[in-house]
Amino acid sequence: MTPAEIRTEIISILEDIAPDEDLTSLQDDVPFREQIELDSMDFLDIVMELRKRHRVQVPEADYAQLASMASTVKYLEPLMKGA
Amino acid sequence: MYDTIIIGAGMSGLAAGIRLAYYDQRVCILERHNTIGGLNSFYRLRGRDYDVGLHAVTNFTPPGAKRGPLARLLRQLRFQWADFGLAPQIGSAIAFPGVELKFGNDIELFEAEIARQFPGEKDNFRRLLQRLVDYDDLNPAHFEMSGRQVLDETIGDPLLREMILCPLMWYGNAAEHDMPFGQFCIMFRSIFLEGFARPLAGVRLILRNLIRKFRALGGELRLRSGVARIKVEGGRAVGVVLDDGRELQARRILSSAGLVETLRMCEDLTQADDQRGGRMSFVEAISVLDRQPQQFGHDRTIVFFNDSDQFHWLRPDELCDVRTGVVCSPNNYAYGAGEGLPDGILRISALANYERWAGLSEDQYRLEKLRWYDRLVESSVRFVPDHRSYVIDTDMFTPTTIRRFTWHNNGAVYGAPEKRFDGTTHLENLFLCGSDQGFVGIIGAIVSGITVANKHCLKD
Repeated sequence: MTPAEIRTEIISILEDIAPDEDLTSLQDDVPFREQIELDSMDFLDIVMELRKRHRVQVPEADYAQLASMASTVKYLEPLMKGA
Repeated sequence: MYDTIIIGAGMSGLAAGIRLAYYDQRVCILERHNTIGGLNSFYRLRGRDYDVGLHAVTNFTPPGAKRGPLARLLRQLRFQWADFGLAPQIGSAIAFPGVELKFGNDIELFEAEIARQFPGEKDNFRRLLQRLVDYDDLNPAHFEMSGRQVLDETIGDPLLREMILCPLMWYGNAAEHDMPFGQFCIMFRSIFLEGFARPLAGVRLILRNLIRKFRALGGELRLRSGVARIKVEGGRAVGVVLDDGRELQARRILSSAGLVETLRMCEDLTQADDQRGGRMSFVEAISVLDRQPQQFGHDRTIVFFNDSDQFHWLRPDELCDVRTGVVCSPNNYAYGAGEGLPDGILRISALANYERWAGLSEDQYRLEKLRWYDRLVESSVRFVPDHRSYVIDTDMFTPTTIRRFTWHNNGAVYGAPEKRFDGTTHLENLFLCGSDQGFVGIIGAIVSGITVANKHCLKD
């Protein structure tokens, strides 16, 4: 997957997890938490959805890498290269 | 071989089941009773639908709210707000001799009522609200503090203290007399800061949506499948033996049966300490009326009453204690235009003693149900309009009914006073959810199932 495709996929996951949020104005360099109402349960869901949809395993120690869209895409790029 | 076996098809077990099935686990929910719901279930009698448990869904927040337990569970279970069909309450009250405090889903009404009837306590009540804001969920010492002590420190008038405690104890205190401050905060938020609501179709609507989702995700539900034993090998749960002798294997087990009740099933333990079980149980007198409650001047959703200045939250020595009670009218919710329940209904709860009820012969049991129905209704009409001449049908449930639906020791509605917030047990792959994990009420139970499933059953 290209970075752009990964971004689209993350948006799709966020739409599933938080259907009431407006994601069109999401800023990639700003942490998710500052823009949308996500708690630790929702973060777990990002991880679980990645596993369910793409068989990508994110160890708990790496959850902090998923803080913003930019850092998430950067973190996932090598993991989803062949996907 | 299942990934997870869940014991109990109540709100917490169903919610956990949805989470796990959604993430592709092989999940089986085992339920001893012949229907789902546990404490919050339903039945049909002489052509009418009745709810067990549910007076009100607490923790109500309107559509679009992003915070609070209701918003959180809808997201986690992938439900829309409309799926629960919640109609907000019209308004409730706490009634003590000579003084009534009204409250609704906006704390301002309650504050205004306190300012009007206890003018000297206005600022003290603000201080109490501040204590709630300052309460730290993550600090166990905060949780265990005495709720009564915090009230003593903030509220000057002893009558107001008792009046504030009354609904909080009624809707979620497993302990007697006092309640931990943590539980006080949870209940205060869910009742006074968030509030009450109900689906027109009652608890069955919520249950139907939960079970449909669970099944659509491939989850398996087995009714009439009580767990007799949890099989243990080398410090791990390996499966269960059902009441009929069949065996099922699982990589882990999640039990909503209660702490003591679950430990007693474990074959590696010779005895579980019954003293830790809860014993607060209820009776409920249900009256079907030939008219809507508002037609005879009863417009409250819930009335918590107590007939003296002292509120006694203790298991009675007798069959029942009707000095305090809860009067719920499912008619008095703000349903949509043209919607409503066909009959008037009043449900009145009082405190009861499980052992006394369980010790009655069948004939005595029938007789005592009639006797206590009359006493309970008689006690309640000191605080709500007398409705006895409008009654067209009645039913009564007792602690033994609650036991049949929940399998809780002593028919303890809110489980054991001692909670297991982390959901762990002595076995590394046996976990607890439901009332003994710590959250009560419909929303609380669902959040409990989600939390424990997330924490212990998803991450490997």
